[in-house]
Amino acid sequence: MDFLIQVVWEGLVAGVLYALIALGFVLIFKASGVFNFAQGIMVVFAALTLVGSYEKMAAAGFTGFPAAMASIVVSLAVMFALAWLVERLVLRHLVNQPDIILFMATFGLTYFLIGFGEAVFGGDPKIMITQQLGLPTGSTEFRLPGFGPNGKDGLVLIQHIDVAATVIASLMIAALALFFQYTRIGRALRAVADSHKAALSVGITLNQIWVVVWFTAGIVALVTGIMWGARSDVSFGLSNIALKALPVLIVGGFTSVPGAIAGGLIIGIGEKLGELYLAPLLLGSTMGRGVESWVAFIIALAFVMARPQGLFGDKIIERI
Amino acid sequence: MFYRENGQFNTTYAEDMAVFPIRQDRIGLALILGVAAIGVPLFGNSFFISSVMIPFLVYSLATIGLNILTGYTGLISLGTGAFMGVGAFACFKLTTAFPNVNIIFWILASGFFSAAIGMLFGLPSLRVKGFYLAVTTLAAQFFLQWCFIRIPWLYNDSASGAIEVARRTLFGFPITGAQASAQTRYLVLLGIVVFMTWIASNIVHGRIGRSWMAVRDMDIAAELMGIRLLPTKLTAFAVSSFYAGVAGACMMFLWYGGGEANDVFNINQSFNILFMVILGGLGSLVGSFMGAAFISSLPTIFKFGLPAIGINIGGATAEHLTFMVVGALIVIFLIAEPHGLARLWQITKEKLRLWPFPH
Repeated sequence: MDFLIQVVWEGLVAGVLYALIALGFVLIFKASGVFNFAQGIMVVFAALTLVGSYEKMAAAGFTGFPAAMASIVVSLAVMFALAWLVERLVLRHLVNQPDIILFMATFGLTYFLIGFGEAVFGGDPKIMITQQLGLPTGSTEFRLPGFGPNGKDGLVLIQHIDVAATVIASLMIAALALFFQYTRIGRALRAVADSHKAALSVGITLNQIWVVVWFTAGIVALVTGIMWGARSDVSFGLSNIALKALPVLIVGGFTSVPGAIAGGLIIGIGEKLGELYLAPLLLGSTMGRGVESWVAFIIALAFVMARPQGLFGDKIIERI
Repeated sequence: MFYRENGQFNTTYAEDMAVFPIRQDRIGLALILGVAAIGVPLFGNSFFISSVMIPFLVYSLATIGLNILTGYTGLISLGTGAFMGVGAFACFKLTTAFPNVNIIFWILASGFFSAAIGMLFGLPSLRVKGFYLAVTTLAAQFFLQWCFIRIPWLYNDSASGAIEVARRTLFGFPITGAQASAQTRYLVLLGIVVFMTWIASNIVHGRIGRSWMAVRDMDIAAELMGIRLLPTKLTAFAVSSFYAGVAGACMMFLWYGGGEANDVFNINQSFNILFMVILGGLGSLVGSFMGAAFISSLPTIFKFGLPAIGINIGGATAEHLTFMVVGALIVIFLIAEPHGLARLWQITKEKLRLWPFPH
């Protein structure tokens, strides 16, 4: 029983992190109709910039919390430059193209960023500067009376960084919701999402909005990168983990921020439970390992068959 | 001046509707086939054949497969790598179970297995399309990849978990295994690719191909016109996966000569083939070859071509450069010419017909 609680907790945390990546997708999809495949590599790229610039500063003798904050500023600047360049060099030239063309363009962007990132930062995994950023490390064991095997006390281990990740993610999601709902730019973003033409006709600058959206997605990517990086390390393998955000979107719905969160939790818990119960069922507990890699996608598959628009998504209406 | 159809009159409907209505095109095709079948094995060295021509042909086949699905039917798939893997494993199982049957027969037959799996994972295409479908095909990719590692029966319980390609012969010549020369493997592969391309050309120009394109352009309208979506989309998945499967079997047996499936048939392979389709041109068989030639030769050019002309870059830099160039090229192509190399080729032909008098 304590094991089950532990697994569900881990799934919950993984789910929050998936939800963060999915949030980056949703932001861009809502505001420009672009399905941004590059979100995953943006996470890696942001985290690498953070760690890389910290290493440079540390080499110059500037360390500790101030240096970590300085490297966060540097990473934000880089993400802004990236957003601006993407708008300038890619999106601006692809206005009015079919969705699939834009989707493919973000593929190209992904590959470019992989090559560029590896050329600049090297392909080796890096260690996230968790302590320097002032994030908690270590873990606490909770005793749950009567939850263990044979009526003994159960033990649940909770990493502090996971709690911090959950709190920070919730704060950020709340902040984004407020930003979308109550600020002038947020309202403009929603207008653009509704219709490009109508937004242009009331004087909203499309290009500017795109930069804002991509930069916001860049900030989300940076936060996600820090959290993921703190749990494992910062490597290009993360960009494939980011693919897990896609089933999250399917489950939650492409256009919904609450959907991204609910979907993240369902997928996160679902795949941990899958590893626990499904793997032994399929091929035995040793050979069945690694079910995690596809359970999320199979859950998405089931959702697609039953409810294609996802839990909270807008109903898909097709017209001739 | 040389490329124009003046004086060539079509007297029958069939001639008018031919795939290559202009005589120069037919001569050109014959020349290319002649060079590929005689020139390359005679004059090309083993390195050129095994690291440029064989990958090119294998990728062409896979690209044609994905192009049938994405270019002709408008359904995105990110699971091509896994379907290729199904073909490779099917071929491996079949040839170890029945070693006396010719390997070429099994390479082609393994396509049926990947076609069946492809149809299974194509079922969601009836409910969703676009990005949603892309995600469900990712399910195929990851699930099948997991099966390739975790089910020992697939690789005959070998400790390494790798496919071992045994020696198989055709007319007494070894065509797979360690003794097979690059030239024989190349010729066998060329035969398979030419045959499969001919079949593909006939399919896409016929009734099935037309119904695919109608579905691509607008599936609801196609349905209203009496095209049944279920069989049309599923045949697209089946034919596409068939090609991918055969390409996968060819890749394992005629190119790599064995190896671990997880390294070869992974998600990056799927992306790679999707790039070939985009760069070559969606919905074009010629484009499939062009895209495959372009992307499959890029790594070789960076790794061996640049040092040969005096620019020395390390292997790692070459790899990074490949990634960056491919990524940038995709974006540039989408901006400049969303229809890919095939469209550029078409424009060149139009220009050539008028040259040297532009009006």
